[in-house]
Amino acid sequence: MAIIKTEGLTYVYGEGTPFRKVAVDHVDLEIEKGDFAGIIGHTGSGKSTLIQHFNGLLKPTSGSVYIDGEKLWDDKAKLRPVRFKVGLVFQYPEYQLFEETVYKDIAFGPKNMGLDEKEIDRRIKETARLVGIPHDILKKSPFELSGGQKRRVAIAGVMAMEPEVLILDEPASGLDPKGREHILGMIKEYHKEKGNTVLLVSHSMEDIARNVNKILVMNDSKLFCYEETAKVFHRSKELADMGLAVPQVTRVFDRLKAMGIELDEDVYTVKFGRDLLLDKLSKRKAEQN
Amino acid sequence: MSENFIEIKDLRFSYINDLEDPPVKTEVLKGVTLNIKKGEFVAVLGHNGSGKSTLAKCINAINLPESGGVYVAGMDTIDEMNLLPIRQRVGMVFQNPDNQIVATIVEEDVAFALENMGVAPDEIRRRVDEALKAVGMYEYRMHAPHKLSGGQKQRVAIAGIIAMRPDCILLDEPTAMLDPKGRQEVMKTIKMLNEQGVTIVLITHYMEEAAQAERVVVIDGGEVVMDDVPRKIFSQVEKMKSLGLDVPQVTELAWELQKAGYDISTEIIDEDECVAKLAELLQK
Repeated sequence: MAIIKTEGLTYVYGEGTPFRKVAVDHVDLEIEKGDFAGIIGHTGSGKSTLIQHFNGLLKPTSGSVYIDGEKLWDDKAKLRPVRFKVGLVFQYPEYQLFEETVYKDIAFGPKNMGLDEKEIDRRIKETARLVGIPHDILKKSPFELSGGQKRRVAIAGVMAMEPEVLILDEPASGLDPKGREHILGMIKEYHKEKGNTVLLVSHSMEDIARNVNKILVMNDSKLFCYEETAKVFHRSKELADMGLAVPQVTRVFDRLKAMGIELDEDVYTVKFGRDLLLDKLSKRKAEQN
Repeated sequence: MSENFIEIKDLRFSYINDLEDPPVKTEVLKGVTLNIKKGEFVAVLGHNGSGKSTLAKCINAINLPESGGVYVAGMDTIDEMNLLPIRQRVGMVFQNPDNQIVATIVEEDVAFALENMGVAPDEIRRRVDEALKAVGMYEYRMHAPHKLSGGQKQRVAIAGIIAMRPDCILLDEPTAMLDPKGRQEVMKTIKMLNEQGVTIVLITHYMEEAAQAERVVVIDGGEVVMDDVPRKIFSQVEKMKSLGLDVPQVTELAWELQKAGYDISTEIIDEDECVAKLAELLQK
């Protein structure tokens, strides 16, 4: 069953003012339980507005949102549990750290959920392990940590609520390549261990290509597609026309194909490109011998 | 073209946290020696915390050396009398465009530094128009900056620097918060300025941006560990990875094929070269 479903979801900013802008335009979407999906689209395409509907931060101008089969906004009292079900990690979440210790900061969400001390303690330890925060750091002030560590603590705070859907807006931005790899690896691990739905908003096609199973593309406030990664990159020409940068390796293989070289598959990671080339080259060698 | 515009000699710099008792000293730059010639386009790479931003701040005298020296057009940064002339010759662009824009109208923002420098009004008018045209934001001169996209805002910030007619622009991860289109816009602007003779020092985490520079300097643990043309830097794939850095995807692909025993050089750093070489291999 779909964990997130939208029907004709539309959101208009500044209705009745000269700045009126349709940010999300009639989006029909079904995200299945357990999907690990990337959300891409140029700046202003409606990605952020869309995800803010998934945990009831924005109320649709028209259309509806269902979380786990339940329609949002019918009953306002039901919004609170939805916010626990769908966890949202904003851009640069480290600016939201505020507690005296890392432990207390991660505990903030679970505490609000009304969990008991023992369960909270279990969750903090588990998420700290998942994000790679060593035990002795839990006692430190979050402000003593490095940028990368702060980011991981902030993400742990949302993970500790064990939301059924975890949404992260640009979790790796501003980090160096190793830091990016670390954060994305940890999100992948979280998805593997928990099997929960994870949505990853990113401008980096390379990061998206390496990690997710499905991709949601927003373009000019509309849903362009929600499909398997390979299928989406098969439309690399259309993505480029939207102003989205497809991975460099995809551009290389597209150009080889355009030159008439037969390559049956769409390449979007270096590893996959290497395997495809090695296979092709060894076959050629065998034919020539 | 060959004179050194920036000279850095055995530069050491530490941050001191005096909230602690006794104060805690963190050594960030541990003896950096680096010369940058007039008109060069240098990219600086290094993982978070390697000291690259600290180094940039030493160049325009925001940070002063603990020992060693930094000279901009022959002026020592440690001499307070040189502070203003240095800042006028070396402009700095930071990561977050929202932190750099002060006015409510684009053209007023670009004029801000000039007004502070006491430039005559008609000269300000001329330079502001010129700077906005240079970054392709002239049509937006009467717009409110907060309504612009990230890439547009960053170009306005660059225009504010260009209007000061600096000899050199230091950019500290100017594209980190931008989408791919915004990144392209900013890179195009940087390259165009360099072609006009402006010395560029670009700190970035994007290897594909660094590959477009003339020279790449890699900082690690507060020291310069690599300094060469991009081709020679990125071809050392294993070393780059061990420094917590990356290489362009095309270089990595070439490296993978080379490891598998194929005749392909890792000195491939752009798409055109990669396509040509792969086509050759596949059609041989």
